[in-house]
Amino acid sequence: MSKAMRDAYGEHLAALGKDHPELIVLDADVSSSTKSAVFGKKYPERFFNTGVAEGNLAGVAAGLATCGYHPVINAFSIFLSLKSLDQIRNDICYNSLPVIIGGAYGGLSDSFDGASHQAIEDIAIFRSLPNMEVIVPSDAHQAELALDYAVTRKNPVYIRLNRNEMPDIDTDRDAFFRGEAVKCREGKDVTIAANGITASLAMKAADILAEKGISAEVFSVPFVKPLDAASLLASAEKTGYLVTVEEALLMGGFYSAVAEEAFRKGTKCRVASVGIDDKFGETGPYMDLLAKYGLSGEHIAEVASALIGK
Amino acid sequence: MSDKLSQLLSDPSRKMNARELSYLAACFRETMFTVLHERGTGHWGGASSAAELVTSLYFNRLNIRPDQPDWEDRDRFILSKGHASVNLYTVLANRGYFSTDLLPSFRTLGSILQGHPAMLKVPGVDMSTGALGHGISVAAGMALAAKLSGKKYWTYVLTGEGCLDEGSSWEAMLFAAKYKIKNLVLMIDYNKVQLDGTEDQIMPLEPLADKLRAFGWNVSDGYNGHNTEDILRSFEWMDSDDVWPKAVIYDTIKGKNVSFSEGQNAWHGAKIDDEHYAIGIKELIADKEAKEALL
Repeated sequence: MSKAMRDAYGEHLAALGKDHPELIVLDADVSSSTKSAVFGKKYPERFFNTGVAEGNLAGVAAGLATCGYHPVINAFSIFLSLKSLDQIRNDICYNSLPVIIGGAYGGLSDSFDGASHQAIEDIAIFRSLPNMEVIVPSDAHQAELALDYAVTRKNPVYIRLNRNEMPDIDTDRDAFFRGEAVKCREGKDVTIAANGITASLAMKAADILAEKGISAEVFSVPFVKPLDAASLLASAEKTGYLVTVEEALLMGGFYSAVAEEAFRKGTKCRVASVGIDDKFGETGPYMDLLAKYGLSGEHIAEVASALIGK
Repeated sequence: MSDKLSQLLSDPSRKMNARELSYLAACFRETMFTVLHERGTGHWGGASSAAELVTSLYFNRLNIRPDQPDWEDRDRFILSKGHASVNLYTVLANRGYFSTDLLPSFRTLGSILQGHPAMLKVPGVDMSTGALGHGISVAAGMALAAKLSGKKYWTYVLTGEGCLDEGSSWEAMLFAAKYKIKNLVLMIDYNKVQLDGTEDQIMPLEPLADKLRAFGWNVSDGYNGHNTEDILRSFEWMDSDDVWPKAVIYDTIKGKNVSFSEGQNAWHGAKIDDEHYAIGIKELIADKEAKEALL
């Protein structure tokens, strides 16, 4: 286990403040949860708390961004993707402004707070916005890389973060900067493309499948947009089978992004998806909740097994 | 273009006086009305309502360089009521940001002059607007940037009632007051008529000045937003103290200077047909000639 993703994000953002005087960090009264407070403590003159006002949070950031600053806005993913959406679309994306949108408590990770706080539609929403890039890190290291990448960009970047500690994926920095899917395991029978924190679950599924004599090729795919479809679809054509995994609604999310490309390119493979299927989340311990919604190594292995008929 | 107008626009960076501003606004109204008629689409009511305000800013107040629209020390202006785009475009073109020849392309396919202002397309537009209630937040961000970078530029944002119906405007007001953001001015084009009806029918805002004060703003009201002497007085008020942020409320008339459109919500965005154009353009030309005679 590495450190919790939110801690890594907060500490790294504060570290970036030193060499990036253009970074201005804003938060909507959840800075002790998002960990943007670490930056705020270190650089109070470059930190602004808007109160619980996510629309204004994004609008102020747009204004700052037109004047040479690189704002980082922080709040829970659910509220950024819904309450800030009008400003993010019309003020930030339409003008392709450099604003980093740090979505905390993504997916089901605010597990005990229940459906009102669980962002499951954020990926579908943000990937639909022109000029926006969408990154869903798998672990603390990818969260740091996502920030490193985002500060180099001149357009809006959404980083969807997780509240908890997740196992590390070995991610190459240069490949990440090229937006590539990270091949975590070579295989020949089935391809598993895992978005965000589901990468470690996919790795567990590969172990289970290996015991049954099935060789799975596993990718951690942090970039939903732009999507490294070339790597995923080449693997899918090789194995003939593709399973996508995401901690989000299937409708419009990562599965949709991959399926759109596969269909467009006429990729010859059979596809199955693991994610949240047109329903809301609920309260519960995080790993149990993930499992109930199909996000477990066991369930991913079952889906892969059924897909290939072994 | 009349000789008088050509003469005035030969040096558009000169600070125009009240009579000149009044004449310019009348000329611009004539252009706006004609463009809207020719295109058969756009918003006359709110554009006419803001004509003197936007004209006075660009021809008397703003520290800008039209030949260098991205000059980083320029004053910023955000037309939060973006549907008055034809007003902004007419003023920007005449101020020298782009050719007035482009104005007839308003709202046509491929034109830079989008239905609502788009900052990546039009030189001089500091922020794309259209979705109401965004301007004050964006202006607060721009003014905050000036504070952070030690720059002296001012940021002005113009709203109508529609923007003030939006909750995000009040979020922005709380924020600007909390940080006492300097050199930030909210100008309210208070014509008291919205799309569906009058402001008191749709969403009463009174007592507006008291509300703004309660939100922590330094407020001045009671100006006639069509009287350029009044507008210049409001500019003097903006310079009179160092209490921030500042808001100015201008009483205006929607669809100003065309008899059938004054104060009529139906003329928020109605198409100006030939019959109405014939009536309106006569009135606007008469108004322009009366103001020209006063120069």
